[in-house]
Amino acid sequence: MSTHQTGVLPAHPETATLEGKNKVLGFWLFLGAEVVLFGCLFATYIALRNSVPDGPTAEELFKLNTVAWSTFVLLTSSLTSVFAIMAMHKQKLGQLLFWLLITVLFGLTFLGMEIYEFTEYVHEGHKFVTSAFSTSFYTLVGFHGAHVAFGICWITLLILQGLKKGLTVVTAPKFYVAALYWHFIDLVWVFIFTVVYLMGKVGH
Amino acid sequence: MAHSHTAKRYSGLMDWLTTVDHKKIGILYLIAGGFFFLVGGLEAILIRIQLAYPDQHIFIGDTFNQLTTMHGTTMIFFAAMPVIFAFMNAVVPLQIGARDVAFPFVNALGFWLFFLGGVLMNTSWFLGGAPDAGWTGYAPLSTITDASSATTLQHNIMGTDFYVLGLQIAGIGTLIGGINFLVTIINMRAPGLTYMRLPMFTWTAFITSGLIVLAFPAITVALVELMFDRIFGGAFFDAARGGNNVLWEHLFWIFGHPEVYILILPAFGIISEIVSTFSKKRLFGYSSMVFATVLIGFLGFMVWVHHMFTTGLGPVANSIFSIATMAIAVPTGVKIFNWLFTLWGGQIRFTTANVFATAFIPTFVMGGTTGVMLAIPDADFQYHDTYFVVAHFHYVIVGGLVLGLFAGMYYWWPKMFGRMLSETLGKIHFWFFFIGFHLTFFPQHFLGLMGMPRRVFTYQPGHDLEMGNLISTVGAFLMGIGTIVFLINIISTWAKPKTAVADPWDGRSLEWAIPSPAPEYNFKQTPLVRGLDALWKEKMAGNKEMIPAEPIGSIHMPSPSILPLTMSLGLFIAGFGFMYEHYIVVGIGMAVTLISMFLRSVYDDHGWHIEPEELEDKGGRA
Repeated sequence: MSTHQTGVLPAHPETATLEGKNKVLGFWLFLGAEVVLFGCLFATYIALRNSVPDGPTAEELFKLNTVAWSTFVLLTSSLTSVFAIMAMHKQKLGQLLFWLLITVLFGLTFLGMEIYEFTEYVHEGHKFVTSAFSTSFYTLVGFHGAHVAFGICWITLLILQGLKKGLTVVTAPKFYVAALYWHFIDLVWVFIFTVVYLMGKVGH
Repeated sequence: MAHSHTAKRYSGLMDWLTTVDHKKIGILYLIAGGFFFLVGGLEAILIRIQLAYPDQHIFIGDTFNQLTTMHGTTMIFFAAMPVIFAFMNAVVPLQIGARDVAFPFVNALGFWLFFLGGVLMNTSWFLGGAPDAGWTGYAPLSTITDASSATTLQHNIMGTDFYVLGLQIAGIGTLIGGINFLVTIINMRAPGLTYMRLPMFTWTAFITSGLIVLAFPAITVALVELMFDRIFGGAFFDAARGGNNVLWEHLFWIFGHPEVYILILPAFGIISEIVSTFSKKRLFGYSSMVFATVLIGFLGFMVWVHHMFTTGLGPVANSIFSIATMAIAVPTGVKIFNWLFTLWGGQIRFTTANVFATAFIPTFVMGGTTGVMLAIPDADFQYHDTYFVVAHFHYVIVGGLVLGLFAGMYYWWPKMFGRMLSETLGKIHFWFFFIGFHLTFFPQHFLGLMGMPRRVFTYQPGHDLEMGNLISTVGAFLMGIGTIVFLINIISTWAKPKTAVADPWDGRSLEWAIPSPAPEYNFKQTPLVRGLDALWKEKMAGNKEMIPAEPIGSIHMPSPSILPLTMSLGLFIAGFGFMYEHYIVVGIGMAVTLISMFLRSVYDDHGWHIEPEELEDKGGRA
């Protein structure tokens, strides 16, 4: 892959071209829209989280132990994606792709833990159709999970493109906005951890 | 050249299906939006036929509900929005001296998503019945999926699914369109074109795009929740399982009120351009106009509860939202007076565009006045869900937005198509439409105050409602005739040669500095902007054209692509899969979309170049 190194990339290859500038700004604006999207999902969850006429409540259901581990895994993946972008700025393609691969693996681990968690809940009678609480829980956390799954596919595709195309002013904005996206879904998880799990355990 | 690639050029139908040129996408938006405008207008005429006389039995019960629901939804999402996007596409890049939008591919994708979303919703007419829960889709009425409890729906239990999925697909298109125009206006302005030199239409397009980005995700979530309740048996709006249908009202109006400003702000922009051009004066109070636009956009997010005064949120909530609502009248009033002072002492030319624009001003003031009346919660308890509300929002949307859009069509038609619309037919169009409009909606204020409820399919004789309703129906037919005159105008113009000059109106902004219609690359040389009303500034300095900011060189263009269409088609197919719960179809549709996205990501578009020699041939000037 080192054959693709050009060695003459500018300091910030992600915004070196007008296309790159547009892409990065457009993606920030898209994340603004995503903030409103998750804001509305959070608002729905907060409005309905204590509406449990039937089925287990949040307090009975959640196990902070497993959730703490998945939080740890996902936040670590955010760190590794920072390493990837740092490597990109040093124009080290190999390191960039390595750290993206680690990020994807952490993401997969998180997703596996989430699927396991959801299966457990379903066995305990907390299904999608059980109550307004369960519907809003699965919608909010599931939307986040779907974002993680999409991010995994996307970053995997970018790793493959990196192997083929190398680090150029065309691929650099792609890596950069994917890292932005990954930070964003980690940030959403911080709020999910607080609002859904911690408040579910202690706040009524 | 090192980066020169052979361009894949298509012609005929394939050219339109694969285009990423903002001017062609603008025309596509105009045609599609115009088509849906005719569909929605026909639905309105049918509604008025049913209500022409008391106790009629032409379109009753669920059929009437389908007509009102589809009329409202079609007009807002599939007629007004796309025609606004048509002008944004056709005009904004030209006004900012850009060769293209920031994301030409995304721009095309936005159009196809909107169009196929609209088609999906309208196929419901042929597939068992249209949506019938009102354009606001209030739960729990919109969550009924049980045939046994839905006898009043005459077994039309799937209609709302078309509403949910059609709007969802179209909504994604609108959202990415908004992002595209924000980035375009932020990053692609010509040298010297600072924010406070932006033409007013571009300013309003900018604020409207911002509102789209912040408002549309709310309806995305609302529609997701409604879809999950209807298709997967969720409990968001099911009170028996702890759900709460007031939640729908909040989410819908958190989107729905900013949507009103998404619609009207571009009309304000169009009016500002036209009033200034045809008064031969710079827009009065430009900076206060900009400030008012921003303030209206900001306050637009603070007032959604005024649609919910009767929901029972309590006097404190109602008072706060009441005051916020009245506050919007202040920046709007600033705009009205600025237009009047622009006209004052100007060399006014009453072209068709300006006739529509000047008629807009008093008509919109009337709609605004009833808006302030409705903002008083105590009074709203009387007005709520009556024809008074119907009269109010048609005064602002038809009397405001639609008059603005017609003005814009007569004004920018030569720039979009290279042909001038007939002024004579335009005046006939105006008078039929304008008189018809007031005949239709003015009596509805009084019908509402006399207690006639909206969305009810008939009324009984002997309650003094007959005269008002009959006048209203006559007015609706006059508006229909006006629209037909407009269509005749378009068709007869089509048959003429493209003879429009670059600057038919003695314009002030950059779009009039280039030929009509604009060449594919817009500006042969990026212009240098030296002040507000950039072209006028050069005219006053004695220059025949803009001063170029760059030497003539080869121009990079994006390649056409079929992928925006296939991405949208995938979601269209998946939408049907969800509705009929055939998850194989969902899988096929999503696969088409995801494969298209994969191809877009993997194959980089290097574009193609127009060389300087070709520029000379096409005779464009800066």
